[in-house]
Amino acid sequence: MTNACLTFRDLTLGYNSHPAIHHLNGIVRKGSLTAVVGANGSGKSTLMKGIVGVLKPMEGAVVRVPGVRTAYLPQQSELDRSFPARVVDLVSLGLWPKRGMLGRYTREDRDSVSRALMAVGLGGFEKRPIDTLSGGQLQRTLFARVLLQDADLILLDEPFNAVDAKTVGDLIQLIKRWHGEERTIMVVIHDLDLVRQNFPETLLLARQPVAWGDTKETLRPENLLKARRFHEAWEENAPWCEPDDHDHSHDHAHDHHDHQQHGSGPRAA
Amino acid sequence: MDFLYGLFIAPFADFAFMQRALFGSLMLSVGACPVGVFLMLRRMSLSGDAMAHAILPGAAAGFLLYGLEILPMTVGGLIAGIIVALGAGAVSRFTIQREDASMAAFYLISLAVGVLMVSIRGSSVDLMHVLFGTVLALNNEALILIGGIVVVTLACLAIFWRALVAECLDPLFLRSVSRMGSPVHFIFLGLVVLNLVGGFQALGTLLSVGLMMLPAAAARFWTVRVEPMCVLAVLIGFASCIAGLLLSYHASLPSGPAIILSAGVVYFCSILFGTRGVLRARIVHHRHRTA
Repeated sequence: MTNACLTFRDLTLGYNSHPAIHHLNGIVRKGSLTAVVGANGSGKSTLMKGIVGVLKPMEGAVVRVPGVRTAYLPQQSELDRSFPARVVDLVSLGLWPKRGMLGRYTREDRDSVSRALMAVGLGGFEKRPIDTLSGGQLQRTLFARVLLQDADLILLDEPFNAVDAKTVGDLIQLIKRWHGEERTIMVVIHDLDLVRQNFPETLLLARQPVAWGDTKETLRPENLLKARRFHEAWEENAPWCEPDDHDHSHDHAHDHHDHQQHGSGPRAA
Repeated sequence: MDFLYGLFIAPFADFAFMQRALFGSLMLSVGACPVGVFLMLRRMSLSGDAMAHAILPGAAAGFLLYGLEILPMTVGGLIAGIIVALGAGAVSRFTIQREDASMAAFYLISLAVGVLMVSIRGSSVDLMHVLFGTVLALNNEALILIGGIVVVTLACLAIFWRALVAECLDPLFLRSVSRMGSPVHFIFLGLVVLNLVGGFQALGTLLSVGLMMLPAAAARFWTVRVEPMCVLAVLIGFASCIAGLLLSYHASLPSGPAIILSAGVVYFCSILFGTRGVLRARIVHHRHRTA
């Protein structure tokens, strides 16, 4: 048995009966660092939501190893920036898994909040109201909250949006540190150079997985071309996906790196 | 001295009904004002108003069946309010419709039912009673009821504080770490209904939301943190109740509107003079620091 952190079993996720992730099978190894790449609308964020559980699968399942603590940095936060809160209040929410709703914050907790802010380069920002932060500063604040959650599985959805180059470097270092601590990390990202330099594994999505595995293999030109031909729009009259259209066997789940047997191509929706 | 005593102390010292009114309305402020702060921060200020209308049919049903008795009217109001709060909340949670629209739909239906019920049997004088309340006629039952509501409100706020703040500040995050999101929303709506029902005996269905929202809206101009905002709202509520009762005593005005108008005065002063108010923003902004 492989040491899987996440297992996708024939996972279909979507909206209004149109799939955004179509019959995904495979595992995410514990301690792996995976980049999730693909065009707009290829299902990257949807996959993240499915893993966290805010979006229920239309078919199949995401199986998390029991007891795995998950931290999720969404692409479109529902954060209310006009809410009267300080940076420290926002970051302290990351203590929830540890302290829950009622546990008191200790001296040690407050120190760890300060350390998390230091780590994202926002030392001394504790007392700033959140409505005075720039977009990039807010993103780093949310990163500090993820840091504080001390999770085993970390999902980052386009975490480098609106973040300057120097800070991207700092945040990459942070991600690498997590990787060194055997945490499982999945990052949705568009910058392929950044992926090639820093991420050992990549999942290339176009509603179905185009390729999944070693970054250099996955990002080969022919795969990228295949992903680019992906048709973003829903087709209102797309035929219903019948159960026998695809292969239900899970025996390929362990060598999750090639999923071409579904073969019907991204237009099968 | 005697003049000041006559102006501020004597009305309360000499008359039991003024003491009751003061005691009742102060207790009401302790519970309703913090709830109002969260209503405002959740951009549901008008939902409070809608809820105040929504409890009318329940109160009217109690009134039709038992006359002007506090317990049936309160229980009726509570039931009607909870049906509307749960219904509107559920529609917005589980469908694509936003809470403002579902709340409007539910409260309008409820209000129509209420007006219909009052008009079937009661005269317009009775309707005025239900709508505008009688703070000067608070009996022991009413005071005990308000006291109970305050205790429940403060206990719930203390227990669910962190979840409530998280649900306001970043609901998606709360959903990713805990299942408290939906329960805490409904508990909060329950608190709103509870405090409006507590207020309608004293201030009436239409004005009880005023004691909830005006101090909260005024407090927003003075501070950038939630905790002091709640404390300040309660203090503004206290001041409004005292000023309103004195005004109504000396000028022979109806007490409910006098209390709300006093809060209104504080609100306008806060807009002008608050640390985040209009004047300060205009005057101070031409000076700035180097970094």
